Amino acid sequence: MIIASNVSKRFGKMVALNNVSVTCSKGECIALIGPNGSGKTTFIKSILGMVVPDSGFITFNGKNILHDWLYRESIGYMPQTGRYPENMTIGQVLEMMKDIRKKGKVIEPDDELVKAFSLDQLLHKRMRTLSGGTRQKVSASLSFLFKPEVLILDEPTAGLDPLASEVLKDKITREKQRGKLVLITSHILSELDDLVTQVIYMQEGSPVFHKTLENLRRDTGEEKLSKAVAAFMRKKNE
Amino acid sequence: MIKVIKYVIADILRNKIVLAYTAFLLAISLGVFNMEDNPSKGLLSLLNIVLIIVPLVSIIFSTIYMYNSAEFIELLVSQPLKRKNIWISLFAGLAVSMSLAFFVGAGIPILIYAPTATGLSMLGMGLILSLIFVAIALLASAMTRDKAKGIGVAVLLWLYFSLLFDGLVLFILFQFEDYPLEKAMVVLSAFNPIDLSRILILLKMDISALMGYTGAVFKNFFGTQTGFILALGVLLLWVVVPVWLSLRKFNRKDL
Repeated sequence: MIIASNVSKRFGKMVALNNVSVTCSKGECIALIGPNGSGKTTFIKSILGMVVPDSGFITFNGKNILHDWLYRESIGYMPQTGRYPENMTIGQVLEMMKDIRKKGKVIEPDDELVKAFSLDQLLHKRMRTLSGGTRQKVSASLSFLFKPEVLILDEPTAGLDPLASEVLKDKITREKQRGKLVLITSHILSELDDLVTQVIYMQEGSPVFHKTLENLRRDTGEEKLSKAVAAFMRKKNE
Repeated sequence: MIKVIKYVIADILRNKIVLAYTAFLLAISLGVFNMEDNPSKGLLSLLNIVLIIVPLVSIIFSTIYMYNSAEFIELLVSQPLKRKNIWISLFAGLAVSMSLAFFVGAGIPILIYAPTATGLSMLGMGLILSLIFVAIALLASAMTRDKAKGIGVAVLLWLYFSLLFDGLVLFILFQFEDYPLEKAMVVLSAFNPIDLSRILILLKMDISALMGYTGAVFKNFFGTQTGFILALGVLLLWVVVPVWLSLRKFNRKDL
């Protein structure tokens, strides 16, 4: 569904992405993991067209995304730190996004998360008064609102309380079962254990490995994702 | 695209600075027209205010607005919208709001007290100057990532167009006073939209005789229909070129 070929990006002298080639197909839940500054967010942003790669290309459903923008209709994106117009209320932001996304065909928006996070009681609150966690809830609700085929979640549970984080994980599992492609980055490997089917490990801007979770478990003999990744890296360094 | 323009305009019109700008223009123009018995004298006083305040407020406010809506732009870019449409909508929203503020603040008093050819041309020039300086602000904010730097560039550009350019022209005039420079002055005026609009308004005021021989050359050139249309074309270029350049920059910008 999403194919990246030899994508490279530099910010000044720093190499953010170095020849990344990755294939993501439907029905998978892919964990994008790696140390800080390994290019995870840059990779996600280049899929969304927010960062323009220096070389290489990315295709979405077989079409190059470079001069396309309509493909973003089928992506729900939850940024690492959601930044919204400060003097709009939650209700206005939700209405505005619905208004912008509305095009001819009317899809019933999926406001399951809005209700589950009880955001519908906070609709009149201005964005600037919200706490980091509530902002994350708004971002999460927005990314699921339009029933996209692809979900891109950048550190989805960072800043969420345990309860909300469980709600979100349940929602991700349900969407995965509906055959959607889910891309997650996270530092907290333990919570990815029961979610993901594939793992991409990035380091210094390039993917070190891209394996299914079963393969990774078989190769390393470890059950937990965090231990399996550690074992794999140890073996590789030897 | 129209939806985005709608949100930008709604956001700007809620801003207190734009309301204060409108009220300020309104107070000044009403004051000027009520103090003078002769409305054309009032227009002359208003001229200098229009030529200084309108570009200043348009460029500074637009630059700050662009930096403050960085989050909004980021949010829009991740949606199924064309970058070009987002940028043009931002320009359109700012341009409509700034021209509306000028129209309400200075345009309506002009139409009430001095609906002459001079008054109308001043109204037109004020509107075009608002557009030009919004466009230049967009360019300044697309070129620099840093907010303080961007606002600094905007202030410098305003300073250049309203003061430094005239100084440079004077310098050239004195250095080359032995040569006939009148025709060159016409060309040189195209490089500064504020000067160009000042000339166009002054010519309508029939005081171009005060400008000496250069004034006569200006009158000969800009007084004709072709000259006037050419000058308007140059002013429109001052809107189109910065918007186009900033759009090219924005299309390749990493957010």
